Amino acid sequence: MTASSLLSTPAQTVGPYLSIGLTWEYGEYVVSEGRAGAFWIRGRLLDGAGDPVPDGLVETWQADQDGEFGHADPRSASAGEGFRGFGRSLTGPDGAYGIHTLKPGRVSDGEGGLQAPHLDVSVFARGLLHRVVTRIYFADESAANGPDPVLAALPDEAARSTLIAQPDGAGGYTHDIRLQGDHETVFFAV
Amino acid sequence: MSTSAAPPAGAALPSFRRDPDGTHPRLLSPDYVSTRLRAPLRAPIDLPQRLTELTGPVLGEGLVYEDDADLTRGYSQGPAGQRILVSGRLLDGDGRPIPRSLVEIWQANAAGRYRHDRDTWQAPLDPNFDGMGRTLTDDEGRYIFTTIKPGAYPWRNHHNAWRPAHIHFSVFGRSFTQRLVTQMYFPDDPLLAHDPIVSAVPAAARDRMIAAFSLEDTQPDWALAFSFDIVLRGRAATPFETEEAAP
Repeated sequence: MTASSLLSTPAQTVGPYLSIGLTWEYGEYVVSEGRAGAFWIRGRLLDGAGDPVPDGLVETWQADQDGEFGHADPRSASAGEGFRGFGRSLTGPDGAYGIHTLKPGRVSDGEGGLQAPHLDVSVFARGLLHRVVTRIYFADESAANGPDPVLAALPDEAARSTLIAQPDGAGGYTHDIRLQGDHETVFFAV
Repeated sequence: MSTSAAPPAGAALPSFRRDPDGTHPRLLSPDYVSTRLRAPLRAPIDLPQRLTELTGPVLGEGLVYEDDADLTRGYSQGPAGQRILVSGRLLDGDGRPIPRSLVEIWQANAAGRYRHDRDTWQAPLDPNFDGMGRTLTDDEGRYIFTTIKPGAYPWRNHHNAWRPAHIHFSVFGRSFTQRLVTQMYFPDDPLLAHDPIVSAVPAAARDRMIAAFSLEDTQPDWALAFSFDIVLRGRAATPFETEEAAP
């Protein structure tokens, strides 16, 4: 803390009417349709009773296929033409979300190693007073997932499995996010 | 899949210190009933800030147009209600302005009704108001919206529950780590003391969500002005310093 330090503004819920302010045309598209290697990650956002959360938002942020954020400017997402790096999907009446993207490359772990391909995820909803943060990994990257420092730090396989998207047999992936319950998704403090 | 073994250009990016306890609402705040089945109940796992957390999207191009900061425009006549200006700065916790950064807002109309399928309150929709605004902060981190003061409205959380008038704010800052959604309230609103969403925030931090009336910024014969600065997390003393050492 410095003399000039300011106290952060507290978070509040997005409330039930988030779609008014947070809807973007093509928000789900980290890359456009037809891009080589692109696929959908689809899943549902579920509450502690296993019921769908129809008033939620899933936002994703990721590196490009080379594992780069491509920048001197830390905010830049310019790596790769037509690649936004960022996606957002409002949940539907059945709690479903979908993100159309590319599999990111491996990103440095800052200590000489590489992380497994992953997306950082923020989840917002009515009833969530602050966003919650999770990650999405890929089941068909087991060789990279094994040594990933974030996955390795989790207590057990059950916890790791809540972060790993499964191939859907159609070239994409399926991944549910459970806010509560026996299979509660692992959430992170960043 | 190609990989990147070279040291990333962003290895020297600043990391961000955690907000102290007493800043944000507790996720499980049972007086706000919707938290009971939606708040994660397990302790979050510490995630050291690496490249994915220290970078973030540059947003705005193709998303923000000049008129988007004026919620009273776009119709043949303006919306009903008290015209107001809401302005402020987007800052980090060290007082640095965050320039060219996306700010999104949404709100109810003057009668407290949202233009949304699920809002069934018996207050009139306003054909001249949709309640959505966007802008980019300027080089000094400043933003300004022209809108109308939203109304309070009842909700079903508990008997005789009313939300105080508020405007939802969504901001991104410079990195994934700084992402924040909050609500701005108005000064001297008697409903603030009775709202479980406000009360979920530790008492000492609640004032940071309340705008200040500004006579200085109020425009004669036009609009009342309110001032609301948004402060995002400041930088940790040294990049990758303490967070990496966390268990």
